[in-house]
Amino acid sequence: MTVRDAAWSAYREALPALVASLVGGLLAGLVLGGMRAELREFPGLLVLVPALLATRGNVYGSLGARISTALHQGLVEPRVSAGDERLRAAVAAALANGLLASSFAAVATFGVLRVLGGPVAPLPVLVAIAVLSGLLSGATLAAVVVTAVFAGYRRGRDPDTLVGPLVTTTGDVFGMLFLLVAARAVLAATGVV
Amino acid sequence: MATAWTVRAISRATLPVLLGLTLVEVGSGLVLGRFEAQLLRYPALLTLVPVTIGTAGNLGSILAARLSTAFHLGTLSFDPGDEALAGNAVATVALSVTLFPVVGIGAWALTGLAGGVRLSAGTVVTVAVASGVGLALLAVVVTVTVTYVAYRLELDPDDVVIPVVTNVCDVLGVVVLFAAVQVVV
Repeated sequence: MTVRDAAWSAYREALPALVASLVGGLLAGLVLGGMRAELREFPGLLVLVPALLATRGNVYGSLGARISTALHQGLVEPRVSAGDERLRAAVAAALANGLLASSFAAVATFGVLRVLGGPVAPLPVLVAIAVLSGLLSGATLAAVVVTAVFAGYRRGRDPDTLVGPLVTTTGDVFGMLFLLVAARAVLAATGVV
Repeated sequence: MATAWTVRAISRATLPVLLGLTLVEVGSGLVLGRFEAQLLRYPALLTLVPVTIGTAGNLGSILAARLSTAFHLGTLSFDPGDEALAGNAVATVALSVTLFPVVGIGAWALTGLAGGVRLSAGTVVTVAVASGVGLALLAVVVTVTVTYVAYRLELDPDDVVIPVVTNVCDVLGVVVLFAAVQVVV
């Protein structure tokens, strides 16, 4: 194998997944570009964005990988209606860890910005946005990951290769969309108070 | 041994790494905060943020996954002349050269459709391509280094390399975007 062959095969294999996540990333960017009003209203929210998006990818990517492995080992049946105890525990753990990491990101962002002396929205506001968006996008992503991995597995596709691109694409889009929803909801709530 | 399927066991296995990675990502958020005024002024640049971070992480994680597999198969040696190593590095740079012009045009066009574009298409594409290529080069260096360190420490590259590389590349994505914006805009 020459360097040229190795490069070409790596290029060909990676391109489709990258294009899928590129489309997702651009849509997420469109949402981010459209929430300038919220970003101005809540200083520190932009600082939170990478951590929140990465949490979605890290948590639900690991959920997808766990379920794929379990399917390969026959530990989990590829049926949602079965209400499998293992599946429920894995989804509950993903949601709980996602919420914990999101709140942690909000607290860390608030703390660092406070120490640096920059303007920052009140801590409860940042935590509320992080938790609300984590809950909404977490529930959606868990449903998407479980359904897609099961559907892929039943059609004879290897779920391992599905999970990565699927989670990065939908994670960015839903993560950003529900961050906008959460910021608007908190804005409305604080506006009333 | 495999992790038991309970909320407690899964959390114990994943939470420490997850919280560590979250702190790394807050670091990349702080870099974003450094040029928040520019990003809010030019929405096309704001649109570039998630796609640059995402593509950076993906380039790194795909390269890491391929190097880990080659390493497990015993077809990889850490020698600059190694075909698998050089080929994958070349592919990473080639992918970024192909994709980032599309990223730039896409960000510019979408922002235009949303009615907020203030920069020329040329400027946005230049920012995207400059950050993309810079990023690909950094992703190669980071991935090869982390894979090599994991190998020397006898850690399974699959467990360690991919999360570390993905999140480090996320941060580098923001840093490189920041640098490109300062130079070009």
